[in-house]
Amino acid sequence: MIKIEQLYKSFGKVDVLEGLDLEITDKGIFAILGPNGSGKTTLIKSILGMVIPQKGKIYFQGEPVMGKWDYRSNISYLPQIAQFPVNLKVRELIEMIKNIRGQSSNEKRLIDLFKVQPFMDKKLGTLSGGTKQKINLVLTFMFDSDLIILDEPTTGLDPVALIYLKELIQEEKAKGKLILVTTHIMKLVEEIADKIVFILDGKIYFEGTVNEIQSKTGEDDLEHAIANILKETYA
Amino acid sequence: MLKILKYSFYDLMRSRWSYVYFFFYLILGFVLLFLNNDVSKAIITIMNIILVLTPLIGTIFGVMYYYDSREFTELLLAQPLKRSTIFMGQYFGVAISLALSLVLGLGIPFAAYGLFQSSEIWNFSSLLVTGAFLTFIFVALSYNLALSYENKIKGFGFAILMWLFFAVIYDGIFLILMMSFNDYPLDKMALIGSSLNPIDLSRILIILKLDISALLGYTGAVFKNFFGTMSGMVTSFGLLVAWVVFPIWRIVGKSRKKDF
Repeated sequence: MIKIEQLYKSFGKVDVLEGLDLEITDKGIFAILGPNGSGKTTLIKSILGMVIPQKGKIYFQGEPVMGKWDYRSNISYLPQIAQFPVNLKVRELIEMIKNIRGQSSNEKRLIDLFKVQPFMDKKLGTLSGGTKQKINLVLTFMFDSDLIILDEPTTGLDPVALIYLKELIQEEKAKGKLILVTTHIMKLVEEIADKIVFILDGKIYFEGTVNEIQSKTGEDDLEHAIANILKETYA
Repeated sequence: MLKILKYSFYDLMRSRWSYVYFFFYLILGFVLLFLNNDVSKAIITIMNIILVLTPLIGTIFGVMYYYDSREFTELLLAQPLKRSTIFMGQYFGVAISLALSLVLGLGIPFAAYGLFQSSEIWNFSSLLVTGAFLTFIFVALSYNLALSYENKIKGFGFAILMWLFFAVIYDGIFLILMMSFNDYPLDKMALIGSSLNPIDLSRILIILKLDISALLGYTGAVFKNFFGTMSGMVTSFGLLVAWVVFPIWRIVGKSRKKDF
């Protein structure tokens, strides 16, 4: 569904992506892992067209996407930091995104699920971080997109919301979608990810299942396996 | 684009500052008219205030709105929208809401005073039109600066400097040049020099409209000869339009290459 060829991106003097190649053909849940500053968010934002790479090609569903915008109607994206216009009410924000996308949506169910009904007529500036993240999740999951990208989806969520989030992700997977998740919480990766894409120094260092990374590093525990790779490269 | 414009507009209309700005002009209009009782004098006072204040407010709101709505912009960028749609929508949202505060804030007291029966109506409307132009110009210029500087403090600082340049420094340099080249014929230079600064250009347009160009002395006569004619009017309005169009064009170009 996604194909990336020789992607280069630097911000000033800092090279973030250095000839990254990635092809994802199957469906399911892919965890994008890597140390801080390894280029996870840059990769995601390049796919979305928010970051403009210096070199390389990106294909989504067989079509080159750089410089285009309409392909995004088939992508749902959960950004890392949930920050919205402070003077809009939650209801208005949801209506606005619906209005912009012009697609059918199932926000009602999600609003009930995350119990954000009491906040619908509150201004976004008055909400707590966790509540904002729940609104963010509602906005992401309310559309029926083939690709769902979640950048640190667990930030600020309470345990109950976290359980619902995991269920939602599994549900979308069952519908045959591709879900890309970045996170630093290895427990979540172990629990949900079908495959791991590990980014290091602007390239794909490893791509495979959780079991494969465990046998490669000789560690049973994913957290230690990842830490092992990192220690090797720091040394 | 209209969708984005609508939401940016609502967002701003609900912020306290739009009201402060609106009520400021409303009170100013009422005070000047009903305490002064002389429409022409009130218009001249308002002109002086508009020429300084609308660029300043446009500059500040432009930068502030850009930096404030940064995360919201990112949310929009992930939607199936063209970049130019997003930025044009936001720009026009800010510019139109500010221009509306000005036009309504001053328009209401003047209408209440019975302006529509007065012969000053055209002078007054030309005042509002140039005020609106200045708003569009300075919001666009400050948006450009905000787009160019990731750092808020830098962007804000340069925006204020830009305003200071056009409102004060430009005239200072201009005056020094005029003094030092006193011995040469300076009519053309004065004409060109004041056309290149939107604030000066607006000032001249209003003064000529108010028919007080005698205040401008000898150069006033030169200006009247040029700007007073039809072609002069068209040229100067063309310049004001260019001052809006060029920065907008750069906003589109700049936003296309920017990383978020």
